[in-house]
Amino acid sequence: MTLPLDATTPAPGDAAHPPGAPAGVRPSAWEVVQLARHAQRPKAPDVVRALLTDLVEVHGDRAYRDDPAMLAGFGWFDGQPVAVVAPRKGRDTRENLAFNFGMPNPEGYRKAIRVMRLAEKFGLPLLSVVDTPAAFPGDEAEMRGQAEAIARAIQTMTRLRVPIVVVITGEGGSGGALAIAVGDVVLMLEYATYTVIPPEGCAAILWRDAGRAREAADALHLTAPDLLRLGVIDEIVPEPPGGAHLDPDAAIASVRAAVARHLRALRGVDPAALLARRYEKYRRMGRVLVEGDG
Amino acid sequence: MPAGLWAKCARCRQLVYQKELDRHLQVCPRCGYHHRLGARERIALTLDAGSFTEFDAELTSGDPLQFPDYAAKLAEARRRTGLAEAAVAGVGTIDGQRTVVVALDFFFMGGSMGSAVGEKVARAAERALAERLPLVAFCASGGARMQEGALSLMQLAKTSAAIARLHEAGLPYLAVLCDPTTGGVAASFAFQGDVILAEPGALIGFAGRRVIEQTIRRKLPETFQTAEFCLEHGMIDMIVPRAELRGRLGLLLRTFGASRPVPVPA
Repeated sequence: MTLPLDATTPAPGDAAHPPGAPAGVRPSAWEVVQLARHAQRPKAPDVVRALLTDLVEVHGDRAYRDDPAMLAGFGWFDGQPVAVVAPRKGRDTRENLAFNFGMPNPEGYRKAIRVMRLAEKFGLPLLSVVDTPAAFPGDEAEMRGQAEAIARAIQTMTRLRVPIVVVITGEGGSGGALAIAVGDVVLMLEYATYTVIPPEGCAAILWRDAGRAREAADALHLTAPDLLRLGVIDEIVPEPPGGAHLDPDAAIASVRAAVARHLRALRGVDPAALLARRYEKYRRMGRVLVEGDG
Repeated sequence: MPAGLWAKCARCRQLVYQKELDRHLQVCPRCGYHHRLGARERIALTLDAGSFTEFDAELTSGDPLQFPDYAAKLAEARRRTGLAEAAVAGVGTIDGQRTVVVALDFFFMGGSMGSAVGEKVARAAERALAERLPLVAFCASGGARMQEGALSLMQLAKTSAAIARLHEAGLPYLAVLCDPTTGGVAASFAFQGDVILAEPGALIGFAGRRVIEQTIRRKLPETFQTAEFCLEHGMIDMIVPRAELRGRLGLLLRTFGASRPVPVPA
């Protein structure tokens, strides 16, 4: 199987048609990591713009600054207003520098929290489109409370009294992704990833060898089928053969259909019932046993 | 801390009479360094003597991913600490105030939060809610337990949801950040306290120092991500020396009056 192993650049000599996973063959976890990071993969803001009409973006956390790495605002989906949050990754170096490679700072999460609260105030469902490698690991991010911002965003989502539909479209990078990924329904594109730590970091810690990232990718169970089996996500959204970058329109149509179905199903659900169900859903996650039971 | 007549301070390297160190609650009488405590030791030194009743002591994580070497690491941690998991939870009194308590144990796989630690924190919060008691969490953790993959990440959501219900019920939740409190534990229940206390010198933050230094291509000062740094930047409420912790927690619990809660409108 040929796959572009350097995710940031298309395969040499065939920039217009980068190779993808052949139809009918399941790519390895490491190949999925490359697909999820692929430069030509539709980014979260592309998905947002394709799904929503009359998008109104809002800016700033009202405390420090506006974080360009986080898109937050409102739009219309299927004739209904919705609130939306989505990290912003770039497609080239210039965009990536402007958007900090899709890694939000605390003010990005605080802007997202503002929009979550407004969604609740106006009774709008929240759509979160997730594609971020991580929360930004910077010294100033720490000074402004990256941990607190993420903790608050997660907690806000656990009790938000409106329906939340999450779609992980690319990289679901640990706490930085979960901060905007707690939902009544969590969907995941077929070749997206969702992990507690990037495979390179995992390999570096476990085996002191980032080169063993391929093994770590297997061990972490970070692909959509793995996560569906573990109960972390609710549904896999199929991608066109070879991956979303080969046919972005088809991938986005696939996302649209799934989001529409779930938003319809969640519309009008009593907020108390919604919260109770969401609580139970997360409450059950994990595998515990009583020692001695084997 | 090895048992013996003399101990060596982990920071200033001076020899300290072991009994003197014990009398100072494992704080170095020479340099003030707060040595790390296991969960049981933490509870013994902070709660009123004989007041603690543990629950869920036998709860442990499974190995849902069959992650390489995880089962062996868990077994080793259990053998070394005598604990089933990296958290101890129960009910007791602090300076006469009845409260649910959960303490993380850094000596058990770095206090990492997998399914069992998340479950114990969530159950502690649910117990507090059911009995209308406050919750006090002693955090000491490097973060999420990567051997449980995304299931460990989901413990951030599970614990946050349980703590949120305490807030809605008007019950006090105090977080004590001990050395270290980083990663997924910092990014969930540690930073959700109504009041956040820390021990002197504790390492507190989200990302690891090495990752940050690689990202910004600069060396960070020694004081970066210390409790003192967090206090200065407005991230925590107070730094409390270990000897004063019981009294301070007791005062806060009395002040917030867990017996007469006014529910917060959702």
